[in-house]
Amino acid sequence: MAEALRFRNDDPIEEPAVTLDAFLDQADASAVRIEAGEDPRRLIPVLDRVKLVELGIPRFRDGRCFTAARILREAGYEGEIRAEGDVLVDLIFFMRRCGIDSFAPSAPLNRADVDACLSRYEHVYQHAADGAVPIWKLRHG
Amino acid sequence: MYKYDQYDQAMVDARVEDFRDQVRRRIAGDMNDDQFKPLRLKNGLYLQLHAYMLRVAIPYGTLDSRQLRKLAEIARKYDRGYGHFTTRQNLQYHWIKLEDAPDILAELATVEMHAIQTSGESIRNISADQYAGAAADEICDPRPWAELLRQATSFHPEFSYLPRKFKICVIAAPADRAALRWHDCALRIVRNEAGEEGFEVYAGGGMGRTPFIAYKIRDFCPAAQIFSYIQAILRVWNLHARRDNIHKQRMKILVHDLGEEEFRRQVEEVFQHFLTLETDFPQAEYDRIAAYFTPPPFETGLPDDIDRSDPEFALWVDHQVVAHKAPGYAIANISLKPIGGIGGDATAEQMEVVADLAERYSFDEVRVTHAQNLVLPHVRKQDLYAVWQALHEAGLADANLDLVTDVIACPGLDYCTLANARSIPVAQKIQRRFAEMERQLDLGELKIKISGCINACGHHHAGHIGILGVDRKGTENYQLLLGGSGAEDTTQAKITGPGFDEDGVVDAVERAIERYRELRDPGERFIDTYRRVGLDAFKEAIYG
Amino acid sequence: MRLLTGNDLKTGAVIWWTGRDWSVHVEDAADAGEHGEAILAAEEGARRVNGGYMIDAVDTAQGPRPAHIKDRIRARGPTVRLDLNLKPADPAAGDWVI
Repeated sequence: MAEALRFRNDDPIEEPAVTLDAFLDQADASAVRIEAGEDPRRLIPVLDRVKLVELGIPRFRDGRCFTAARILREAGYEGEIRAEGDVLVDLIFFMRRCGIDSFAPSAPLNRADVDACLSRYEHVYQHAADGAVPIWKLRHG
Repeated sequence: MYKYDQYDQAMVDARVEDFRDQVRRRIAGDMNDDQFKPLRLKNGLYLQLHAYMLRVAIPYGTLDSRQLRKLAEIARKYDRGYGHFTTRQNLQYHWIKLEDAPDILAELATVEMHAIQTSGESIRNISADQYAGAAADEICDPRPWAELLRQATSFHPEFSYLPRKFKICVIAAPADRAALRWHDCALRIVRNEAGEEGFEVYAGGGMGRTPFIAYKIRDFCPAAQIFSYIQAILRVWNLHARRDNIHKQRMKILVHDLGEEEFRRQVEEVFQHFLTLETDFPQAEYDRIAAYFTPPPFETGLPDDIDRSDPEFALWVDHQVVAHKAPGYAIANISLKPIGGIGGDATAEQMEVVADLAERYSFDEVRVTHAQNLVLPHVRKQDLYAVWQALHEAGLADANLDLVTDVIACPGLDYCTLANARSIPVAQKIQRRFAEMERQLDLGELKIKISGCINACGHHHAGHIGILGVDRKGTENYQLLLGGSGAEDTTQAKITGPGFDEDGVVDAVERAIERYRELRDPGERFIDTYRRVGLDAFKEAIYG
Repeated sequence: MRLLTGNDLKTGAVIWWTGRDWSVHVEDAADAGEHGEAILAAEEGARRVNGGYMIDAVDTAQGPRPAHIKDRIRARGPTVRLDLNLKPADPAAGDWVI
């Protein structure tokens, strides 16, 4: 596992993330892992118990993590969402926009590339989970 | 037409720098090809048989003379002096170098053009009716919505890494000139009984290995909520689609697997959720965009008649010129299907001729059709002769719109790594066989569409006569299909039987056409006769 | 014979393994024998070829002729634009490809 990247101010959760099925069964876990293809909405009824959601990224092109993260944020979840696995730096901007705020990449990320990708686009066309103001709102106030 | 403001320009400029950096990292070895490929596809850059291919976006098939001249300039400077207009209203260059691609994108950005999301598992170029803003049968111009949705679906953070490509189409007329129901998501602008504007929404269409015709998923979606509805469709698909088999990941497969009712129900649930998020663009933004699409300052009191004394010009008028909603004006279709040429291809010089004509005679607008032809949408009838003369000199004045020689053919094995067989030579042979004008006129509307492989970029499923190139034990072979349509009477073509070699399929096409002539009732097109008598009547003639 | 082919990373040009390096001329192509996979892996890693793969070819008097028409089209150019082919003046080009 390469060096992690985190965009939160609170302390990282040290607890290992249990599977979604196990999490729904147990009352005492607070870290859960959602594999790509599992329905993130299953977590919504128990979100108040969750402090860390780890999204498994089997292949960097698998775009289900974007939907999963956004759904969780839309449901009001404010804890950590971590992308774990095949994270390609070029996708980090969209991941951040969808509400993912930490990264556990399987291969090291070049920090300069990360910074460049995150600062490349000054504007956004549409709403997402990050609260960035869409261009249409800048146009009309 | 739409003009970028500083925000649109900033997005496109940032994308150029983004890609420039990605190319640098690929060439330096910081990325392998597996990582780089989806990124370059998001900028329309394929690796094809002979070189890289760049697919430039022409949003809703509309461009002005400045843009068309830039496309000509790029063809000369970076390619081999020509470009190919595609079945999704875009333009392709077939001889591109990777090391030039960032500079090409930078040059496109100077005329408000780009190659964003024209390939890969993205929301692709949104297509529209090529007669938008000119046709008499429209409720309104669909392009403001196409532009609004273009922005809404560009760089979408949730939907940029989809299971497969996603194609959207918008029209505003009862007639379908854009192959509506062959799209993943298609919108037809309508008015409800209260006079409010909204969309009929179709979902789940697509060609390729398992073709499906889109079904009507919603009778009426209020116009102001359409972005929420489309996001709902995308989210349901993104959540549930298979990710294990590239041939089973298009949305049409999910719709088929879940069933139309269940898919609709899930979309409706997610749609209601999206409405609570308030992500739709406001009326003010629609109005801002629509202001760019107000009708041009049409003159009044113009002469309505056309001098037909030149018989060649008269023939062109009869076949290439279509009625315009404004009196004294006409829609002029430009054929890119010269007999024995390469359909959809235009040289840099021809592009410049069209650009000049657009600027001078068509309020500076050109359209691209999904049949690989061009349109000058707003020509005064009194200018048609001058337009025709210029087209004639440039080899662009064939009078074959929708006739048997107006063949759609993908680039095929002459250019494309995905192809199993060459398609262009088949199109050329068919054109030459039926070149004689009297014969073409006798046959009337007859849409032949040829694909070099199952990906169906030549739209063979939607051809009155469709031809599919396959690989048969290492040699090129061609299947013949009949009865498809991409118009409002959408149907999927059926295979006739065993395949043929190149000359064999041209002969088979001729036998099918002769059979149509034997069986037709007065006024019937090929597709009408086929639908009346059925496939078996044609099979006998084809296979004897 | 077995040939190695692919595209040049920067230009996209079709290239053929000569035994030592890569050439745009299929006449220069050499039999890769049993070492094809290893050569491809090394060359791909060094970015001297992109999308490389191995094909069958027949050794002829004019040089190697790829077994599949797709690779013959790659070797020369589109059959419908002979003017853009690698050997536009070659009168036998059509027969060689098709």
